[in-house]
Amino acid sequence: MAAVERKLITARMAQPGYSNRLDSYLAAGGYAALRKALAMTPETLRAEVSKAGLRGRGGAGFGCGLKWSLADRRSGKPIYLICNADESEPGTFKDKQIIYKDPHALVEGMVCAAYANGVKTAYIYIRGEFAEGCKILLAAIEEARAKNFVGANILGSGYSLDIFVHRGAGAYICGEETGLIESLEGKRAYPRFKPPYFPAVLGLWMCPTIVNNVETLCNIPHIIAMGGVDFAKIGTPNNTGTRMMCVSGHVNKPGCYEVELGKITLGELINGLCGGVSGGRKVKAIIPGGSSAKVIRCDERFKGRKRDGTEFDWSWQDVPVDFDSVAMIGSMAGSGGVIVLDETADIPKAVANIAEFYAHESCGQCTPCREGSLWMAKALRRMANGRAMKGDTDYLKSIADGIPGRTICPFGEACAWPVQSFIEKFRDDFAKLEK
Amino acid sequence: MQQVPPHLETEVNTLLAHYPAEHKRSAMLMVLHAVQEQCGCVSDAMIEWVAAKLECKPIHVYECVTFYPMFRRKPVGKYHIKICRTLSCELAGSHKLCEELKKMIGTGMDQTTPDGKFTISWVECLAACGTGPCLMINDEFYEKVTKEKAEQLLANLK
Repeated sequence: MAAVERKLITARMAQPGYSNRLDSYLAAGGYAALRKALAMTPETLRAEVSKAGLRGRGGAGFGCGLKWSLADRRSGKPIYLICNADESEPGTFKDKQIIYKDPHALVEGMVCAAYANGVKTAYIYIRGEFAEGCKILLAAIEEARAKNFVGANILGSGYSLDIFVHRGAGAYICGEETGLIESLEGKRAYPRFKPPYFPAVLGLWMCPTIVNNVETLCNIPHIIAMGGVDFAKIGTPNNTGTRMMCVSGHVNKPGCYEVELGKITLGELINGLCGGVSGGRKVKAIIPGGSSAKVIRCDERFKGRKRDGTEFDWSWQDVPVDFDSVAMIGSMAGSGGVIVLDETADIPKAVANIAEFYAHESCGQCTPCREGSLWMAKALRRMANGRAMKGDTDYLKSIADGIPGRTICPFGEACAWPVQSFIEKFRDDFAKLEK
Repeated sequence: MQQVPPHLETEVNTLLAHYPAEHKRSAMLMVLHAVQEQCGCVSDAMIEWVAAKLECKPIHVYECVTFYPMFRRKPVGKYHIKICRTLSCELAGSHKLCEELKKMIGTGMDQTTPDGKFTISWVECLAACGTGPCLMINDEFYEKVTKEKAEQLLANLK
């Protein structure tokens, strides 16, 4: 059977003539979920989202209902909602599609999420480079305000919400939620120590804060429209709903494909939807979830036991595209950014590129990450440029091994995993450079 | 003290209203974007001005200007070409494209042409990985940029 997309979030934007203006969104049934939501209690809404089993689409795959339930509702302090639109994990370009093509989907998702959590003020933290996206969102919020979908006494419900757009300024670390909060407070984006600074308790201005990804929030109106139980029937257990998979690199049809989680395999995604590897060549390696995810070597077999006890024995093509399956083969679904490297790819050069990204983006707060990311980038650039020295591969691995677990935020893991996993899976490609 | 454009004062006051009165400093990035847009860069004088507006110390502004890659202390050319350096764009040929662009405008990385028209810089992932190589010219995105497309783009910039 040919692999097919399941368009939920991207259904409207795929219609011919669809624009990012309110009339298009309303004609496609937009803001009906908000009306339905406002007739429900916030508690019921939160329960529906929990029943839906929605997992965060930003990278960690943390349960959205659980995240909401952790917000401190007894502190007497206001609860803030922040939409994380700082899309910057290399290989990921899904949130941009939503913001530019269907901004009202995000606005409606935010109003519903804010209502469910008693939020009076929400911010969209959008990456600075999306200057036009920022204007599109501002226009959408104004249109929504004019129709009373945002602002005071929304649709006569007595519930009021303000949404503001806040632009970042080119720092990847702002995608980490506590770094994002520091940045929104007007400081350098140094991630905070957890505990005690869990956003759900001590977030923005030391108030309870919920930070959700763009795609996550866009799922909320669908959950409200169909009910949590029916939403959970899309996808597979523990991996419900759809996901916007971004495929780039050596494939014939790179792009963003929305698929039902767990219902198609990595092989169907790449050989089917993406039209196979460029030039009919063979695939060598796949980075399945943004550049920080551990690499998959394509001539490997993946064996193990599933959660239900049954055994699996997969080639890369058999791996279902969902959070749990990608984790079972030792990587992560992460941000949904799949980067494909074919047999002609220069592995050390590709890893050097990734390492240089992390060296540039380390915030500099923790020594192992600040120094380690830079040392790895320098060593890899030297190797990729034909100046590798004896023992460089082990040297590189020893730097990478010294970072994870020794930093305040997961950036330490993010910069070490690609280096560690590429050396583990493609050691020969590095070792042969040593003279 | 550098002359503060009148629009800027109004714009900044509007931005400040988006944050609680006791957290004016939160408007930092938005205010710095506004300053840079109107003044071309963030000068010492403007750092002082922003600090006064946000009721914080100049060092708090300075640390943000130097931390965030999008802010600059010196002006750039009229058209700032920012080309994506990161993996998917490299696989799509961004590094070769960059060499060609440098030849077309006749300058090196992070340098401005003598007529003040162009500056070219590398930037990290612009979230257009499926349509690489991608670049931005000022705030505009351009995707699947070929040598021919780049030539045409540059020719259209006055």
